[in-house]
Order: sequence, then C-alpha cells, then structure tokens
Amino acid sequence: MTTKTTDAVPPRIDVEAVNSARTRQPLYAARRKIFPKRAQGTFRRLKWIVMAITLTIYYVTPWLRWDRGEYAPDQAVLLDLANRRFYFFFLEIWPQEFYYVAGLLVMAGVGLFLVTSTVGRAWCGYACPQTVWVDLFLVVERAIEGDRNARIKLENAPWTASKLAKRVSKHGIWLLIGVLTGGAWVFYFADAPTLLVDIVTLKAPLVAYATIATLTATTYTFGGLMREQVCTYMCPWPRIQAAMLDEHSLTVTYNDWRGEPRGKHAKKAAANGQAVGDCVDCNACVAVCPMGIDIRDGQQLECITCALCIDACDDVMTRLGRDRGLISYTTLNDYDTNMKLATGPRGIDPSRVRRPEGGWVDALRHTNWRSVVRLRTLVYFGVWGLIGLAMLVALSMRSELGLNVLHDRNPLYVLLSDGSIQNGYDVKILNMTNAPRAVTFTIEGLPGATITSPNMADEATTALSLQVEPDLVLPLRIYVRAPAGDLAARTDFLMTARASVGEAIATQQVRFEAPETVK
Amino acid sequence: MTDRQTEKEVDALTGTETTGHEWDGIKELNTPMPRWWLWTFYGTIVFAVVYTVLFPAWPLISSATGGVLGYSSRADLHQNLADVQTANQAVIERIATLPLQDILADTELTRFASAAGASAFKVNCSQCHGTGAAGASGYPNLNDDSWIWGGTIDDIHYTISHGVRSATDPDTRFNLMPNFGVDGMLDRAQIKDMVAYVAGLSGIEADPASPDAHQTFLDNCAGCHGEDARGMAELGAPDLTDAIWLYEGSVASIEAQLTQARHGMMPAWSEKLDDVTIKELAIYVHGLGGGQ
Repeated sequence: MTTKTTDAVPPRIDVEAVNSARTRQPLYAARRKIFPKRAQGTFRRLKWIVMAITLTIYYVTPWLRWDRGEYAPDQAVLLDLANRRFYFFFLEIWPQEFYYVAGLLVMAGVGLFLVTSTVGRAWCGYACPQTVWVDLFLVVERAIEGDRNARIKLENAPWTASKLAKRVSKHGIWLLIGVLTGGAWVFYFADAPTLLVDIVTLKAPLVAYATIATLTATTYTFGGLMREQVCTYMCPWPRIQAAMLDEHSLTVTYNDWRGEPRGKHAKKAAANGQAVGDCVDCNACVAVCPMGIDIRDGQQLECITCALCIDACDDVMTRLGRDRGLISYTTLNDYDTNMKLATGPRGIDPSRVRRPEGGWVDALRHTNWRSVVRLRTLVYFGVWGLIGLAMLVALSMRSELGLNVLHDRNPLYVLLSDGSIQNGYDVKILNMTNAPRAVTFTIEGLPGATITSPNMADEATTALSLQVEPDLVLPLRIYVRAPAGDLAARTDFLMTARASVGEAIATQQVRFEAPETVK
Repeated sequence: MTDRQTEKEVDALTGTETTGHEWDGIKELNTPMPRWWLWTFYGTIVFAVVYTVLFPAWPLISSATGGVLGYSSRADLHQNLADVQTANQAVIERIATLPLQDILADTELTRFASAAGASAFKVNCSQCHGTGAAGASGYPNLNDDSWIWGGTIDDIHYTISHGVRSATDPDTRFNLMPNFGVDGMLDRAQIKDMVAYVAGLSGIEADPASPDAHQTFLDNCAGCHGEDARGMAELGAPDLTDAIWLYEGSVASIEAQLTQARHGMMPAWSEKLDDVTIKELAIYVHGLGGGQ
C-alpha cells in the first residue's frame, strides 16, 4: 500500500466501549451486546491457525486407531474409566501410575506461568476453549447475519420472516456445534465407532446422553450467549494474571506516547502549533474488540490480549502511511520509558520522540528478545523442562512388571508347631503388557526360608512359577516360613518377580517379623 | 434520583450508594449482586422447590416427606444388594453344591469363597479369635498349624458347623479333660511331677521330672494325648510337645489345667449360618496358613 496521503482518514466508527474502564457500569445494569467487527491481519491469522489446530485435535483425536493386540482396545487415546486404564498412543497408564497425570498437570501449571510471564495472557487470547469456541460461533454469526453494521441493524430491526429465519438458523447451527462438541467429548471415554453407532441407535448408556446434553448446553450458553461475560465474571484467571505478569511481560498496549493527543483534524491542529498524536480516533480498535473494551483506556481486567485491536490499528496506520504499532505488544517497562520521553511540560507531545526527518529518537525503546529471554522465564522454562525430562526418563525406565507387597499386620508373625516362624504377605503382581506372561516369584536373603501359597504349592519351596494374564493384577497370598534358629526380631529380605520373556524384573524389600525372644 | 441522593449517601469515588454502616470512618458500599449471580440464586430456589416435590426432602418426626417420584435410597440399596446377589448367584450355587475339596481345586472359586469367608469371619468369629484370627489365651490361633480338632478342610468345616462342647448340638466336638487335682485322681506330688514332665516335653523351663513321671503319664494321660504326647485330633487332645499352647504355656497354666481343667466352648454355627457361609468360613480359615 503506497502513501495515499494523510488525508485518507478512515471514517470514525460509531462505537462505544461496552465495558469501558472510564465509566464502569453498575453490576445491575443489563448486559449490552457486543458486535465485534471482523479484523484482518497477523494476529487474526494466528488466531485462525490456533483455532484450526486446537479444534482439529479435539474433534479428530478419539478417531485415531492404535493397534495394541487382542487384549487391549485399539483406540489411540482412550480414558477407560470402567477398567481404570488410560491409553495414550504407546502409553498405558495404570491407576498406580497416576503420578504421570499429576506431572502433566504440574507442567501445565508451570507452562501457564511461563507463557503468562513472557507473552501475557496468550492463553486467554488464543488457546482457551472459551476463546476458540466464541470465535467459531462468531464465524457462524457473521456468515448468517453479516458483519458488525449488518448485525446491529438486524438487532434493531422489527421481527420479520427474514430476521426469524436468520436467528433460527444461527441458533440452530450453534446448537449443532454444541452437540458435536459434547459428542466429541464422550468418544474419549469409550470405543468411538461403537459408541457412535450406539448413540445413533439410542443404545448408548444414559450417562453418554447426559454428558452430551450438558456439554451442548454449556457450549451453547457460554460460547454463543454469554461470551465475554464468562471471561469477565466467571473465569478466575484474569484475577490471577496480575500476579503472574511483571514489567517485562508483553501485553497489548496502546502507546499513548505517540498516539496522544488524538484527533481527527490533525492537520488543522498542527497548523495551529498544537501537539498532534498518531491516533485518529477512528475507533477501529474498539469495534473489533470481542470484550467490548477500549484498549486506549489502558490495561484492563477484561482484556484477553487477543491482539485484534493491533490488527485493526495497524491496518489504519498503514492506510495513513504511518508506522504500525500504535497499539502493540509492549512491556510495561518500555512503555514507561517511552512515556517519560514523550511527556513534556504540556502533557504528551509526540514530537519529543519523533525525529524531524522522520523515524523515532534513539532513546526510544522497542520490544526485543530480552523481554522474552530473561531470568524469570528461564527459571520457569528450566523447571518446566526438568519435570518433562524427569517424566520422560521415568517413562523410558518404566517397568511393565509390577510387584506390590503388603505384610500382614494382624498377626505380625505366627509360631508354628515345629518352632519355626511364619509371616503372611499379600502380594500383587502386575502384568502391564498386553500378553500373558510366565513369571517366577522368589525370595532371597532369608536363610532357610521357604514359601507356601494356599492352593498354589502344597510343599514348601523358594520359587513359585506363575502365569499372569495380560493387563491384569494377580493377587497372591504368600506365607514365608523361616526356622527360628538365630532369627532377629526383624529381618529384611527381598521378594522378586521375574518375567521369563523380556527379562522384566520387579523387586521389593520386605520385612520378616519374629518374636523378640525366639528360642 | 435527586430524592434518593438526599436520603442515601453516595460514595464520591465509586458513585455507589453506601449502606450507612460505618467502621472507623470506612463506609460499606451497597454494591448489588451481579445479575448472573442473582439468577443462579433464583435458579437454586426453583431447583429446591422442584426437588422437594419430587424427592424425599423434609424430615418429619418419625419419617420424612416422600416425594412424588417414590424414590428411596434404602430401596436403592436393597436393589443393589439384590443385584450383587443375583450376579454372584452362579458362583454361590457352585459353592453350595460342590464338595470342599473340589472348591479348593478351583482357584477362582477359592478366591471368591475366601473373600466371602473373611467378611463372615469379621462378623461372627473375630470376637473370640481376633480380626486376624490370631486368637488369645483360651482361644486358639487359627493361623498356625497346630489343630486341636484337626486341620483338614473337612475337620475345620465340621468344627465350625457343630461347634466345640456346644450345649445344643448333639453332634458337637466333645470331650473333657479330667480334673486330676480337684477330683483327687493324682496327689499333689504327682501333679507337680506331671507339670515338670509336660513342661519338659516342649522345652519350657521347669524343675526336672522324677523317674516315675513317664509311667504316671502313660497311666493317666496317654489315653488321650498318646504315648508320645503328640495328641489326637479325633479326641481333641492337643499336642503337648510343640511350642503352641491354648493357655499361655507356662508352668502355672499347666498346673492349673491339671488341677482343674478349663473347657472352652464354641457355638455350633450351623444353627445360625447357612451352609454356603460355613463353607466359605472353612475355606477362609483353611487358607490362613495352617490348613492341612
């Protein structure tokens, strides 16, 4: 776009910030609808991409297949609550391994700190489900009712057949999206193709329909009807974010050191020797805001930093032949420095930061990589990476054979008629593979000791040969007998389970209890 | 608006009315509830009314309002219990019909019976034998391999069914050790001698027995306990040579038993429990570690 002269001032959009920071509405005031205008630009494109990726992941994942053999389901991602197994591609998480899920949650938390301290509320602006679905619903709304002006017109128009048709089809499609959303959710918890057939033929369990109904209702209500109110009133994150941001975090900022004093008649003002800012007060930034705020009022709780105002303003600045970035991602620190530079005795005077020949003075601060790479973000990244690394190491060293031993508490030991001592144990052998396995169970480190197991080995032995079914826990009752001889009151020894194939081994140190005074 | 301003004080900073409450110069703002909150609140009221009509809700003196749906958590519980019973019916029937030996040969059946037996044990048997079946003085430890009346699965089953010295079951396990002291069958010196002899059999520290002791034992005790003193399960006579004693196993307790025997009693459980439960109990006790 070449210089089309500065006279091409865009028409001022008749819009008022609904959630204005300057004039707060009383809480009892009825909500005023927001009609966000469609924005175009870098950040809008980024939002489309994020939306496409996240929605694809959400809707497609349950339909991916993963061959696990005959003993396990073939769904790539399956949260099998009934059988207490979580399947994630090559991973199969047992309830005993729930710490992986805890680890993921901790990583998600630290990741949120990392992202927020670096680029502010990027989660809110781009990746949060509420944002993504509101965006999706707005796409539908625009397709049916048109952009901002057409929607406002329709809103104020009397009820006609055409308006009714538009409204019915809009809400119908919204509800359909809601159903699809709820529908996609339940497929994570059961075999997706089977469940789909069951749902359609009305044979699915009631809980499936209830879940779909609930998620349909919430998606429709939150994404279609409540929209920005969810972020402002229901979501806790905007309240917490202030604690996560610091003066080096990137936030969407109106650079009033170059924008003020704003006005449409810049030429006239300049001729009169008045200070003139870049902001032409066209209100494009307000019109595109899905939260109904005016970013020029400064940092606000409602701002989700979706940066659509940056796109709108950059567009206007380009058309006016001025530098982009009147609204930009800026740190509070840079903003303060620039503001001090620009503020003169008569308030903000942009000529203090502009060079007469064009361009900005050297002392002006621009956003650079240092606001992203600094000690705080590095520490977050380090912690985040360490947890991830630890989980990967744990995963790679994960044994698919488990052994849990519980010593009887009552009685601790039993005196037998030949004078030897017997201890009882509840042993659980976990076969976490999808094939039956032959397992040898042995005890080591207790001289002269033998094991018996009711109905497994009638005669005393030191090793039991067992068959453990795939993906199952084999409970065993184990009695260990040791000659009283010179037993101490407490002796530690080892119980070991070895799989004959794969050389998997699981060992646990176990205690053998004897009376204090053994004869 | 102007009227209200004269009545109500408006906070200058926020433009909100105050409630008139003041603490140390700080005035409470009369901030209204957000609309969504109010509507949620109204929603809960509607929900409560609907719930009260549909479900049991309000407590009365001896009952509660029923609700038009006729829902009852107690009926639900009974239904759930009945469902479990139905689901287990096939297994329970097999336990009822199969002989004990065949149940023991089936791992799954044994596991089920043992778990059921464990819970029946906690209810019926733990009062005497303890929750871990370790017993106490006068109540045998069921974990060890010393069995007064025999430790095979059939022995255990019989003992549980008919009890020991039960007053009501003619088939009960029964015998009585004579009161050698009180009834004058042995004199004091002989009793002292027998105590020393029996204590010596299982290595309890005591005075050495006289050379006549063995003969006295053969004459008076071997009839039940056997010539080698290893006991006879058919007669309920315990093994005197092992380290396990029903009553403590000290010189004093042996002397007391010889002087005036104590006779423990166990109820005949067939009078109270059904056949399946008794079978399950037998399997559980047999699996405690000492079953033969």
